Amino acid sequence: MAATKTRISSFSRNISAVSAPQLPGIKCGPNGTFFVSSGIPDLDKILGGGFALGSLVMIMEDAEAPHHMLLLRNFMSQGLVQNQPLLYASPAKDPRGFLGTLPCPSSSKDEKSRNHDTEQEKGLRIAWQYKKYFSENIDDHKDSKQEFCNDFDLRKPLERHFYSGQRVDCVSIKDSPNPATLHDRCATFLAQFPRNDGNFSCMGRIAIQSLCAPQCELSNMDWDILSFIRSLKSMLRSANAVAIITFPPSLLSPSFCKRWQHMADVLLSVKAIPDEDKELGKLLTGYQDMVGFLNVHKIARINTQVPMILEATTFSIKLQKRRFIVLECLNQAPIDGSSGTSYGTSGGCSGSSKSGALDF
Amino acid sequence: MENRALNLLDEALGLGYQTDPWPLRGKVVLIEDCVETSGCFVLHQLLKRTLSSQSPNNTVIFLAFSHPLSHYDRILRKLGCNLVAQRENGRFFFFDMLKLLCPDEKEGRTGKGGFISLYWKIQDTICALPENNKNHVTIMIDDMSLMEVAAHGSSDHVLDFMHYCHTLTSELGCSLITLNHEDIYTSMERPAFMLQIKYLVDVFIKAEPLATGLAADVHGQLTVLNWGFCNVKGSSNNKITNFHFKVKENSVEYFYPGTRT
Repeated sequence: MAATKTRISSFSRNISAVSAPQLPGIKCGPNGTFFVSSGIPDLDKILGGGFALGSLVMIMEDAEAPHHMLLLRNFMSQGLVQNQPLLYASPAKDPRGFLGTLPCPSSSKDEKSRNHDTEQEKGLRIAWQYKKYFSENIDDHKDSKQEFCNDFDLRKPLERHFYSGQRVDCVSIKDSPNPATLHDRCATFLAQFPRNDGNFSCMGRIAIQSLCAPQCELSNMDWDILSFIRSLKSMLRSANAVAIITFPPSLLSPSFCKRWQHMADVLLSVKAIPDEDKELGKLLTGYQDMVGFLNVHKIARINTQVPMILEATTFSIKLQKRRFIVLECLNQAPIDGSSGTSYGTSGGCSGSSKSGALDF
Repeated sequence: MENRALNLLDEALGLGYQTDPWPLRGKVVLIEDCVETSGCFVLHQLLKRTLSSQSPNNTVIFLAFSHPLSHYDRILRKLGCNLVAQRENGRFFFFDMLKLLCPDEKEGRTGKGGFISLYWKIQDTICALPENNKNHVTIMIDDMSLMEVAAHGSSDHVLDFMHYCHTLTSELGCSLITLNHEDIYTSMERPAFMLQIKYLVDVFIKAEPLATGLAADVHGQLTVLNWGFCNVKGSSNNKITNFHFKVKENSVEYFYPGTRT
């Protein structure tokens, strides 16, 4: 037991040694990539560390629910808290107003209580006599990761000083006749973060909300927008930045939708759950806490040819205490006592969304 | 040494039987994939195979539309092939089309100008090669759908470009290897572009996910359709092959369904 304990601690020390010379928000990944946080600790874990620097993340919106905004808000807040410049584009008339709705990182007191919560929850799953080692483990990780990824409290707005300075650039794409203006803004923004090896003086984030939404005039310029995305992607590759684009897939023609999906390095989709779906409620445990599903379609494959195969591709989005976003594997309600999560997931997701491969 | 270790893909392409002349010489190879399963690894395999084959004359011209050189360099180095060294030897030419080329912006709205100058660039490169390398050129395109985007949707210009490149295959015996995404075209009513391309193709490789979903030890299946394979002695009728694959950092495992324990 003593051996286990020392091994754990030396492991965490290694991590901090590697990430120490970098900026607080950046973590080394495999194959010479660097990760930045998505603002949701669970999503970072699912993606193997976070969003890779230089990658293009796309989120397919649910046409009827604003769940993509949850991901977008946390992504933006995470950057602002870490003092990273942000470019935000949206089809709203006044994009700057949206900044007032960003969530605030939870204070340490809240964090403690949340930590405590997860400990208790996790504790139920493991034998009680190992519990103390397990909780110790969690604490270690929290300490070393504190700077990389915060927990955000959705009910507390971000303090004003985080976004009042020069670091936030807002663009409204409502009245622009073509993507050229947005492209120019992105180009000048990204020019601040040229990539020269191993030198991270600064990194930036771009968040584009509902590109191609019907309220902006871009929606019938398929090829223009595609070439905008293509050139954004090539600019990102040589910059220290990450971009998120959310888009409504149902408004694109199927072949263009596929083209968009091929452009993405990381492809996610969100889906709301229908209210009071009794059948689904019976099938899944913890159904009443869920607000939606997150599907992971594609994970960035930069500098490698090996695909990352997840145990599950569908996750439930839960709001813990209505404050924190938590992503969890779907668990089928216990019938036969087996705990296989992947089995339960594929069954669950075929019931709820089209991406399910197995039909039970 | 590595040529001796034949895998199913090499066999299906006829690479195992002879290295001189290069079996893919004068052929057009099309790799198709979809969002769920990327076919990039086939391109990496063929690139490695071409550069490290026995005949030292093989030259590759790589038109990169989707990834920069650093990406390919890292992958190929793990596969045991140093692209930078090959580039210095004059056997590997990398055209970075990510930043360099947006033809419609440069040449007004036609899109054609960019591709024409690209074609001339290719031809100049081939002309500048030493005499005995000229007939062993492989042109690789890493994403044809992005060519369409670069041409601003006028797929005719892309088709023209492909036809020009196709003449190179018949005149000089170049081979042409391209990657495209199949699922873009499946929902179209008349995918004229894809049909035209398929008309040019001699070897057709398709990467798909398994019908039962993704698994940790089987990443998908490959279907190889080889039209020009009949003249090789031995297994001549075996034109369609289908097998599973698992992609690793330094190799790809191919196996028939159900043959893995």
